[in-house]
Amino acid sequence: MVDATFLALSVLTIGSAIAALEMRSLIYGSIALMGALGGVAGFFLLLDSPFVAMFQIAVYVGSIAVLILFTVMLVRRELIFTKIEDPKRRYAGIGLMLVLMVGLGSLIMDSGLKSITTDQPPIDFRLIGEDFLTYYWPALVLMALILAGSVTGALVLARREDVADEQRTD
Amino acid sequence: MLQMSNELIDFFIVSIALLGIGIYGLAVKRNAIRMLFAIEIIINAANLNLVAFARFLSHSGGQTLALFSIAIAAAEVAVGLALIIVAYRMYKNVDIAEFRSLKG
Repeated sequence: MVDATFLALSVLTIGSAIAALEMRSLIYGSIALMGALGGVAGFFLLLDSPFVAMFQIAVYVGSIAVLILFTVMLVRRELIFTKIEDPKRRYAGIGLMLVLMVGLGSLIMDSGLKSITTDQPPIDFRLIGEDFLTYYWPALVLMALILAGSVTGALVLARREDVADEQRTD
Repeated sequence: MLQMSNELIDFFIVSIALLGIGIYGLAVKRNAIRMLFAIEIIINAANLNLVAFARFLSHSGGQTLALFSIAIAAAEVAVGLALIIVAYRMYKNVDIAEFRSLKG
């Protein structure tokens, strides 16, 4: 049986996720996305994983949502406040969503996952740090390189060549 | 908290709901930024599953993988937003149907 915290968190998360996609204004949409990502961080706390929850808040709610907000502000105002979607595809999309949810839901309800409960103590987050620096260290280094590469790539992509050339000739 | 009142299946159902909402957004929306929102929601559904399994199987691997996944998602959003800005500068629009030169 679920408790009240879980119910409140699921309402917050799923409601914010729907609002993020359906709000007319992109700015409110990105704020709603922050709510959905924060709700997922709350689920991580419920699952006794405080380290992942803090990481989620720092990376998703703190940086990605702010990055999206700034990008939205760079876009023309009438594009922020108009919805761009195919009306014909809307019903197809809702149908696809329902088929997916019912199909996957019934599949999982029939499987053995339903009976899994745990009485084990939660994993100590110090163990995760240890794992990172011993077993997973090549992956950690690779991830750092990927992050550096992607940020450099994003800067190169978004660079305006005409402005850069003007500055060089001055 | 030794005995959890929530079961694995509850977290699974929330995850499926988030996945469905994300797929709906990807299928219906034509605004590139909204599609990025939908992708983020799907990634979060996957992370929720990973952490739920890590808790119920008492293994730290799932949490580690979720941390990697969050970091890679941050990189993906940075590149995706840069691509959207470049496309917006070229076409003065964020409607993906307008990005014609990408069609094969």
